[in-house]
Amino acid sequence: MSTTTKKRVPFRWVALGIAVVALLLAGVVSYYASANPDGLEYVAGKTGFLDRASEHGAADGPLAGYGTKGVDDARLSGGLAGVIGTVVVLVVAGGLVLLVRRRPTDSSDEA
Amino acid sequence: MHVPDGFLDAPTSIATGAVAVVAVGVALRGARRELDDKTAPLAGLVAAFVFATQMLNFPVGAGTSGHLMGGALAAVLVGPWTGVLCVSVVLIVQSLLFADGGITALGTNILLMAVTTVVVGWFVSRVLIKLLPKRVGLVAPAAAIGAFVSVPAAASVFTALYAIGGTADISLTTLATAMLGWHTLIGLGEGVITFLAVGAILSVRPDLVYAARGVIAERDLVIKAKEAVA
Repeated sequence: MSTTTKKRVPFRWVALGIAVVALLLAGVVSYYASANPDGLEYVAGKTGFLDRASEHGAADGPLAGYGTKGVDDARLSGGLAGVIGTVVVLVVAGGLVLLVRRRPTDSSDEA
Repeated sequence: MHVPDGFLDAPTSIATGAVAVVAVGVALRGARRELDDKTAPLAGLVAAFVFATQMLNFPVGAGTSGHLMGGALAAVLVGPWTGVLCVSVVLIVQSLLFADGGITALGTNILLMAVTTVVVGWFVSRVLIKLLPKRVGLVAPAAAIGAFVSVPAAASVFTALYAIGGTADISLTTLATAMLGWHTLIGLGEGVITFLAVGAILSVRPDLVYAARGVIAERDLVIKAKEAVA
């Protein structure tokens, strides 16, 4: 804090860092995640309403359940699904933000 | 906490769907004011990070697990409106591509994990940042506490929704106690992950953390004042 004009880390390095960490977490570390039911699923089982859950409409999708259809190796199947999901979320959320920003805010549009 | 189809009845799901549509619509407007040259490039990355981290279920006690929801984290990093959008995108992709969280329950899940955790996480962090001494080092702990509180808050909202439109006849007190108990523990994990992620960004580029802007502005004023005196 003493020297205020510390050289700033360029944004692209921060962005790269977040992207690499996210891809590693989804692609590699996710294999080691707990397979236990999550809090809601566990409580639903204990209190007796878990059987009310109905089949998911997209349950036959190629990435359903965080696995890649046609890839037998569990590590690869889950890792690939994680990487694809991370990239899809990055593109969709990033694209949405671009669209929101592109709308004119300075002129008559501001209601 | 991804609610599957069938837990809540149709009228409740339609109502939460309507609330979610309105919330996302309002967030799209609000985000325009938040999105500048710093938050805009970061928002997509924050959403991707939340998606990745949501895959990492950590064990909680015997037989259950929890994962990050990320509302507080996203709100602190890129602002609350943009945070709602980031987590909503994550939930939509999870439901449609990964069959995680019901399609008719999408509104419910957005209400629980994108709206409730952002609103509660942002409010608590913001109040703490305002009350605590203006130090950059205190932003991450404030965010962590906001994140911690946001998880039992979402669990409470689920319990309330279940009381209105749950499809099974169960004891609501049992449900409330179990949901709050387990999600308080899961909230600790939410707090730790949020602390680490916000702390990491703060350590390299504090100016990129939306919730730290006031703190940095005030600190710079103090530094300038001291320089002026010297």
